[in-house]
Amino acid sequence: MKAASIEFRQVTKRYGEVTAVAGVSFVIGAGTLVTLLGPSGCGKTTILRMLAGLELPSSGTILIGGEDVTTRAAAERDVSMVFQSYALFPHMTVLENVRYGLVVSGLGKPDADARAHAALSTVGLTGLDARLPSELSGGQQQRVAVARALVLEPSVLLFDEPLSNLDARLRRQMREEIRDLQQRLALTVVYVTHDQAEAMAVSDRIIVMDRATIAQEGAPRELYEQPRNAFVAGFMGDANRVHGVLTRRDATHADVRLGPVTLTLPHAGVPDGECEVAIRPEAIDLRHEGAAPLPATVKKASYLGQLMEYTLDTPIGTLFVISTAVDRPLAVGAAIGVALASHGVVVIPAAPGNA
Amino acid sequence: MSLARRPLLAWLVVGAAGFVAVPWYALPDSVFALAWVPRIADKAASPALLQVFAHGRAWLAPLGLLLVAGAALLAPGVSRSVRARALIGIGAAGFAYGFAQGFAIGPTGWSYEWLAAALPPPSTGQYGMGLGALSVVTSFGMLFSLGLAGRGYFKGDAFVAASVVGVAALVVAFTFFPVLRILVSALQDGSGAFSPAALPERLFREKIWGLGCVTGATRCGVAWNTLVLALLCGAGCTTLGLAFALIATRTGFTQKKLLRVLTVLPIITPPFVIGLGLILIFGRSGLVNQFLEFAFGLEPGRWIYGMHGVLLAQVFAFTPIAFLVLIGVVEGVSPSLEEAAQTLRAGRWRVFSDVSLPLMRPGLANAFLISFIESIADFGNPVVLGGNFGVLSTEIFFSVVGAQLDQGRAATLGILLLAFALGAFYLQRWALGRKVYTSLAGKGDAGLPTPLPDAVRRLCYGVALPWALLTAVIYAMALAGGFVETWGRDYTLTLRHYGKAFGIEWTPHGILWAGAAWNSFWTTIKLSAIAAPATAAIGILAAYLLTRQKFLGQNAFEFGAMLSFAIPGTVIGVSYILAFNVPPVEITGTALILIVCNVFRNMPVGVRAGIAAMSQIDRSLDEASTTLGARGFTTLRTILLPLLKPAVVAALVYSFVRSVTTLSAVIFLVSAEYEWATTYIINRVINGDYGVAIAYSSVLIVLMLVVIGAIQWAVGERRLGRRGAGVSAAGAGQLGVGTA
Repeated sequence: MKAASIEFRQVTKRYGEVTAVAGVSFVIGAGTLVTLLGPSGCGKTTILRMLAGLELPSSGTILIGGEDVTTRAAAERDVSMVFQSYALFPHMTVLENVRYGLVVSGLGKPDADARAHAALSTVGLTGLDARLPSELSGGQQQRVAVARALVLEPSVLLFDEPLSNLDARLRRQMREEIRDLQQRLALTVVYVTHDQAEAMAVSDRIIVMDRATIAQEGAPRELYEQPRNAFVAGFMGDANRVHGVLTRRDATHADVRLGPVTLTLPHAGVPDGECEVAIRPEAIDLRHEGAAPLPATVKKASYLGQLMEYTLDTPIGTLFVISTAVDRPLAVGAAIGVALASHGVVVIPAAPGNA
Repeated sequence: MSLARRPLLAWLVVGAAGFVAVPWYALPDSVFALAWVPRIADKAASPALLQVFAHGRAWLAPLGLLLVAGAALLAPGVSRSVRARALIGIGAAGFAYGFAQGFAIGPTGWSYEWLAAALPPPSTGQYGMGLGALSVVTSFGMLFSLGLAGRGYFKGDAFVAASVVGVAALVVAFTFFPVLRILVSALQDGSGAFSPAALPERLFREKIWGLGCVTGATRCGVAWNTLVLALLCGAGCTTLGLAFALIATRTGFTQKKLLRVLTVLPIITPPFVIGLGLILIFGRSGLVNQFLEFAFGLEPGRWIYGMHGVLLAQVFAFTPIAFLVLIGVVEGVSPSLEEAAQTLRAGRWRVFSDVSLPLMRPGLANAFLISFIESIADFGNPVVLGGNFGVLSTEIFFSVVGAQLDQGRAATLGILLLAFALGAFYLQRWALGRKVYTSLAGKGDAGLPTPLPDAVRRLCYGVALPWALLTAVIYAMALAGGFVETWGRDYTLTLRHYGKAFGIEWTPHGILWAGAAWNSFWTTIKLSAIAAPATAAIGILAAYLLTRQKFLGQNAFEFGAMLSFAIPGTVIGVSYILAFNVPPVEITGTALILIVCNVFRNMPVGVRAGIAAMSQIDRSLDEASTTLGARGFTTLRTILLPLLKPAVVAALVYSFVRSVTTLSAVIFLVSAEYEWATTYIINRVINGDYGVAIAYSSVLIVLMLVVIGAIQWAVGERRLGRRGAGVSAAGAGQLGVGTA
């Protein structure tokens, strides 16, 4: 396989009045797995489809392996795709499905069959050659779909929400297999999902999309710990957003006042004055009353087995907290103190009109 | 290989062959008979190259030069985008010029006075385009498409580009152009000169709009006749259709399957058979008159002829269509709404009148308009039963075929009929487009339909059952009439009529098809068998383009593909005569015009069948195929067509059957050499030769039944695992609906 890099330069896609993708640029390195993450309607699937050649951009340039493929038809691109619905041809057997791409590109039957078998064993599916797709389980269909895409040894492999039709248990297994396959074969993979946990589990890098533009791009940890704005903070996991005031800054850090508490945090370029602070639920330490600067009252408590969820009333607002101290639950109405950890607390610009 | 040079080369070869090797102009006999080969240097049979250099037709030269320019683009140094741009230019120029020269220069020089005034006369004239011209303009059209695909239009898929351009060109040529031609004809006076004053003068005649029948002195105009007949027919068919639909869905009626048989009848029955059956019952020598003469000594009269006779025949003929529409509507009324009304203390009658009936209102409007449209387009029944009662479709026919031979008048009446049809069609779309109340959710709607109020139920039975019985009697008469000597006078059983029509003699030289009907029979079957696959292919292709592709002008494309459905057959017939009996496309009197006419009249059915079937196939299947390296054509062939097989078969059967039983359009286009079964029959009827006509009609009905039955049996219930491929040949019945 010859994994290729991908580059989008100022790509825009409009459907009549609606702009699905607005001037998006990014680079994906060869042999990496990059996830396009975002809510439905953010433009992530449109980007994937433009990459596959199923849609052509209204403007901008798409390069694959350094070559301009902007106006090239899907069939002319060295790109394969695994569809959300798998899109297995219902009138063809497993083997016919997998070798279809090879046969269409003119390879003889014996060679095509040999390579199709190799691809099927790569995804761990042997002995089902003669089955029709309707006779397979969901996980098996998924594997056939991956084998069918892999068999062409594409320079780019695309996944469009590949796990959304599987149950939760199978989903974890398949995502590990996809990641494993990608690393084993050093593939360039672009992966679309709206599930943040799935994205973090499989990706080298994540591109978070919001309303047709890129909200932030980076490694999973970077996005979780240093979201650049409220949208990314909220989409990459639960976040309590509280109001703060930014003062006294140096090159990297600033003092941020949250009600009675003042923290020193990286300011990430946010200007002095009003700002917002995103606090991850697990970044809040629960202490005894008076043992921490921020007083709090327990308003709701839920037991979830491996952890506890609390809703607290505090002077800086309502906070949602996750605690692993399952064996020492707090009662509703209890007065406690709250401390904020140094990680998992991020300054973000004040949302316009929301301060 | 990007913007593959191979298809470019292939189409250039087609163009070049058309230019240098094949006769440019149409020949009197078929070009495929190859009789022209020894005479290839003759002025009539020369290819374009010889025409330019030997026969003084220099205006063909630019086409050759454009082909050479196209060939130059094959050079390896030419960049992809330059080649694409140049192909668009060359293709468009060649295509436009090819037709422009054909229209501009006719048999006697310039075709238009303003051209003759501006330019020196051409050295010679020219005739209709032939295979050479067709190959060359097709080649240019395809070069244009390749260029578009190369520029990234149609997602860069050359097959899709070529299909859109090709289908659009065909629809323009065989639907828009004839209609345009009929509009122009209406603006010309008898000598062909442009005279816009002729239109209003022709349009507002006493004979068309007169209201003499109201005051009682004279007859009413044909426009009023047509409208009043259509309104009554619409009302009658809707009422009867509703009665049948209510019986089929809301009563304990046990013979519901028999009612379904009703729905197949209009598809397989040639349009005038009902009229014929009525004549056998109510005509001068019909059963009723004979009984009256026998019992009361009443003089047999011709009282069945006239508006009431036509109306009766049309209501018989089109009630099944209204029934088919309304059964869907009645079934669509959500039982839970009726149950809700019941729990709110409404009695059965209140449920029916306050809930069920209002919910069916849009469907009733639809059924009414469809029957209305069928009535104004009907030609067979008015011509058989009209007597002195003329409607637009028959008047059009008689102004072209009769002694009048007034094409301008035919064109004017045609425009009027077209306006009525399009108006009703538009109203129908509008009625359908309004709020549809029927619940399509299906799931979670577990209620039972509320039984009809007793009075309504009795009314339905009282109206519908005698009617169904009468329909059965009419068909029985129409079939039996072929087996007696002379209906009304001599009821001796005989096979004479069948022998006269379908006699076969064994001679020393082999089988002699001695029967009088064989000629038209084989012509009909052969040409329909050619037209049906073409119809299905274009229909499915257009459906593929409409459902699976997105391109600029898609709405216009859909409008064009469906337009011919709204055009009454007589209008098509007249417009084809006007459009295609002069160069550049001169095909009247040939088999080709009959094929083309049937293909484009029935194409909307194929489109509809294709769209319905394709919308059941998940779009990601084609996308998967595309990303695996298959182009549009491969995807269509290997993925969609196998999954569409039942729909393809249904479209094939339906277009074949419709083509065999059609009358209104082909009656204008038949010639002595190429006669249609239905036109042969109608001529026998007009001559009063009922025996042969009835025998022939019976053979057609039985044949169509066999064809439909055989195909349905062969296709059967084909299923692909859990994904049902839907639409079986049984769906063919539904295809006719929502149509007209």
